[in-house]
Amino acid sequence: MNNWKLLAPLCVLLVAGCTAPSGTETDDGVYGDDGSGVGTSGIDGGADGSAIPIGDDRDTIVMNERIVYFAFDSSDVDDASINLLRQHGGYLSDNPGEKVRLEGHADERGSREYNIGLGERRSVAVQSVLLAQGATASQLSTVSFGEERPANSASNENAWAQNRRVEIVYER
Amino acid sequence: MSRIGLRLIFLGLGFCLSQAALAELRIEITKGQGEAVPIAVVPFGYQGSGEEPYDLAEVVAADLARTGRFAPVPESDMLQKPTTGAEIDFGDWRIIDTEVVIVGRVTESFSNDFLIEFRVFDVFRAEQLLGFRLKSNQANMRRTAHRISDMIYEELTGIKGIASTRIAYVNVTGKGKAEKFRLIVADADGENASTMMESKQPIMSPAWSPDGRKLAYVSFENNQSQVWVQIVRTGARTRVSARKGVNSAPAWSPDGRLLALTLSKGDGNLDIYTLRVATKRVKKLTTWPSIETEPNWSTDGKQIYFTSDRSGGPQIYRISADGGRADRITFEGPYNARPRLSPDGKQIGVVHNDRGNYRIAVVDIERAYTRVLTDGSLDESPSFAPNGEVLIFASRSGGRGYLTVVSVDGRFEQRIAATEGDVREPAWSPFPLN
Repeated sequence: MNNWKLLAPLCVLLVAGCTAPSGTETDDGVYGDDGSGVGTSGIDGGADGSAIPIGDDRDTIVMNERIVYFAFDSSDVDDASINLLRQHGGYLSDNPGEKVRLEGHADERGSREYNIGLGERRSVAVQSVLLAQGATASQLSTVSFGEERPANSASNENAWAQNRRVEIVYER
Repeated sequence: MSRIGLRLIFLGLGFCLSQAALAELRIEITKGQGEAVPIAVVPFGYQGSGEEPYDLAEVVAADLARTGRFAPVPESDMLQKPTTGAEIDFGDWRIIDTEVVIVGRVTESFSNDFLIEFRVFDVFRAEQLLGFRLKSNQANMRRTAHRISDMIYEELTGIKGIASTRIAYVNVTGKGKAEKFRLIVADADGENASTMMESKQPIMSPAWSPDGRKLAYVSFENNQSQVWVQIVRTGARTRVSARKGVNSAPAWSPDGRLLALTLSKGDGNLDIYTLRVATKRVKKLTTWPSIETEPNWSTDGKQIYFTSDRSGGPQIYRISADGGRADRITFEGPYNARPRLSPDGKQIGVVHNDRGNYRIAVVDIERAYTRVLTDGSLDESPSFAPNGEVLIFASRSGGRGYLTVVSVDGRFEQRIAATEGDVREPAWSPFPLN
């Protein structure tokens, strides 16, 4: 499988968004599940798999990862993303002056306003995890862009998987 | 397949932020109706100084063709070109199977003032069906042509015409940092496009006030969803909701005093509220923990239809405009969203999941019967024309977003694409107030 096409836009996002502190280490002891337990409640039966885009694994600086991905029609944060959010939550807890905006997104299928709802659900799901990991409410804000700001504007499964996401944007 | 090539003409209406570099719209009839009535709109005569001020017949013929019910006779097929009833030789029209002949002439009364008379004849009975004289001037000629088309359409079909209505939509051009969202209002034939609002952030969900004078819409200025109301003629706008979280999906009550809209108040739970436009105060209508959004008022203003996923996937529900218990309206298929009432209040246009494809369907409310109208895979945002004859909706294919007008029986279809970028989120205006 040609991963490079899939990962290219992701890498650009990761590099472009790199304003958070570096040096935070990965916590490698938290992958309890095998990661396949993503909750899917797809409406089309098996047409939409539960494949979740993942970042370049050579990048060990977890804080540089700013995107949480979701399964179709789901706002469940999977275990790998919880690990990522633990890093961000800890950093926010240690740095009360920092603020992040959680931008929720949906794929293009279906109605635009309903997709605003799905994006909001996702951004609030990420917000809850960050709060549980030590961030305070005043550090976090949410916005849902629905399907209005796709990361990948193609109309296929890979693009849709890249578009169902929450972007963690440090406001400086 | 016939093609109506339309060029943009800027009349300098002065109510827009910018008319420069606007993408043109092109309308193409993509699915025809076999039984369209052959009709001849003979070029109008002209008496006055200078050149004929406007080709009214061309605009009238294009308007009638766009209804799908009439097939204008090409000028090259006309055996005669009468401009008055007395000049018509009905035999010449029977030979080429024309059923209706429209003749007219324009007379200059003062400089830049014109008298226009037109007459509509039934060829087989050799009878005048309609005859009128109207005044117009250079700047209003196109509008007058649409008015004439609507008078003819109503006479021949018994249904009000929509040539004088307008369409609001969102045009998106550029990528990345150059991406631009524009809220545009154009005539129903795609002409006279004017930018109402332009932003680097998304613009969504334009909604016409019942008098056609205002548009409510959602914009994401400062990275927050906000609902705005803008006066179409002047461009003046007011922010009516920028509460924490989602502010979205505005819909006007039939009396124009309230907006139904969706708010999350920052807790991630979208609910339907009504907002009094004069005071900006809100009242909560729904309280379920699921997504409730996309409100749309019943024609009598007593009830609100909306999308909710309380049963798992999105379906259409109905609640009293005062709140209370909601009734489920749609049961067919796993996904029904974005309800839009037909003008007679008997049907709703929805986004419907049809075996994995997102298509526009019309649901008969009383009989709970769903009819799929379209055959795309990413169709969305249905909006009825005010006469209930056609719906406009947005689709995507080949990486482009375009609009389609489809008759409610699904047999006639025309595609509207911009020469630049995507067009989406169409909203058909009410009838103009005359």
